[in-house]
Amino acid sequence: MSSLRLTALDALHRALGATMTDFAGWDMPLRYGSEREEHLAVRTQAGLFDLSHMGEITVTGPQAGEMLDHALVGFVSALGVLRARYTMICAEDGGILDDLIVYRLREDAFLVVANASNAQRVLDELIARAKGFDAVVTDDRDTYALVAVQGPESTAILAKTTEADLPGLKYYAILPAQVAGRDVLLARTGYTGEDGFEIFCNPGDAEAVWQALTAAGEGHGLVPCGLSCRDTLRLEAGMPLYGHELSTDLTPFDAGLGRVVRFDKTTNEGAFVGRKALEKAAAEAEANPPRVLVGLVSEGKRVPRAEYTVVSADGAPIGRITSGAPSPTLGQPIAMAYVDAAHAAPGTTVAVDVRGKHEPVQVVALPFYKRAR
Amino acid sequence: MSNPQHLQYTKEHEWLTAAEDGVSTVGITKHAADALGDIVYVQLPEVGDDVTAGETCGELESTKSVSDLYSPVTGKVVEVNQDVLDDNSLVNSAPFEAGWLFKVQVESTDELLSADEYDALTNPQG
Repeated sequence: MSSLRLTALDALHRALGATMTDFAGWDMPLRYGSEREEHLAVRTQAGLFDLSHMGEITVTGPQAGEMLDHALVGFVSALGVLRARYTMICAEDGGILDDLIVYRLREDAFLVVANASNAQRVLDELIARAKGFDAVVTDDRDTYALVAVQGPESTAILAKTTEADLPGLKYYAILPAQVAGRDVLLARTGYTGEDGFEIFCNPGDAEAVWQALTAAGEGHGLVPCGLSCRDTLRLEAGMPLYGHELSTDLTPFDAGLGRVVRFDKTTNEGAFVGRKALEKAAAEAEANPPRVLVGLVSEGKRVPRAEYTVVSADGAPIGRITSGAPSPTLGQPIAMAYVDAAHAAPGTTVAVDVRGKHEPVQVVALPFYKRAR
Repeated sequence: MSNPQHLQYTKEHEWLTAAEDGVSTVGITKHAADALGDIVYVQLPEVGDDVTAGETCGELESTKSVSDLYSPVTGKVVEVNQDVLDDNSLVNSAPFEAGWLFKVQVESTDELLSADEYDALTNPQG
């Protein structure tokens, strides 16, 4: 028998006829029907996602903020209450252990959301790094289910299920609220490039929340969405995925995300795990740009996929693809790749070795898709 | 079951019609099309190409993956489905009908499965 973990919504997914897939040890919905239609629903109307595999870790205590300033590259203690930040946890050598969203729930309480595949590692690191701080790290992976509604109709849909002040809830903010009469944490965050909400709830309430949103979504084009379209949505939005664009072999500066590293922290005398290595990486990135993360667009139909080699016009290897997929919004294959800085300018024509054949592609600025605001 | 009784099948999820005047039609099964997801690129052999049973003769690319297309027969390709090349989604929407892939003048075939045997392979719980 399978030893995969099941989310609180597992029976619902099966009733909806989802194709399931093993994702980081969880049995998750890959798609319910056509992943292309799910993708386009999120871009034009709305989609409903089960993201209960994400890893929630709570840090509380008088020194919770300082502890996270020490443990992460971000300036977490400077975050306003009920605001959120994208940040990373790095190793001593500067390598990225995971990318995270940190929500400040109270002055002395933070919710850290890690990728499913890295959640245990992040938890272990945070517990180790909390030593000496008056802060408690709690594994809350089983405390929360996570449901997301994403897309231009998401506010109208969610408004039917909650009294919460949705217009007042800013992008990258969080609010304790009730959805379908259940206590939840309601966050205006997501991973699709669209406006949308992530709803942290008790696993026992997840089905009620999902069903209420499904009912509220009638007439708004809401469809259940799986991980397959989540991946193409985030790729179009130019958002990195751990294991693809991010890894322990790269520092945030190598990944073009040096801005998340806050050398200006005032807590702990500016010290944090990885600082020394990251200062070196920042200087190197300045003096001698490493490979650069770029977007690639193909005029052909063959899709450049992760690990394929990028070659110059004269056939020399200049980089590798990190993620690639047919873009439902653009109608052509897109990819992200690390390429040598000399070939990274938008408009440059390079090629991808697609199973032995060099397919021409053009370098473009990321993201591929940006929603109109 | 969704697998038509009058066809023969391979373990690699191709189907094959009984030869009429020595010509059989080849496609992939609904099981394979469903597993691939939305197909976005189809590469087929060309008319006149020799294909060999059990060897790759094309490529099916979906949102998430690339799969080789294996020929269930040895012979010469006499027709390819231009409609599928123009509209890849036919493979998803009608894998046993409008989504057929190519026709081949059959010289020989590998060991093929009956519909019941293929059902058992793809749906072992029955």
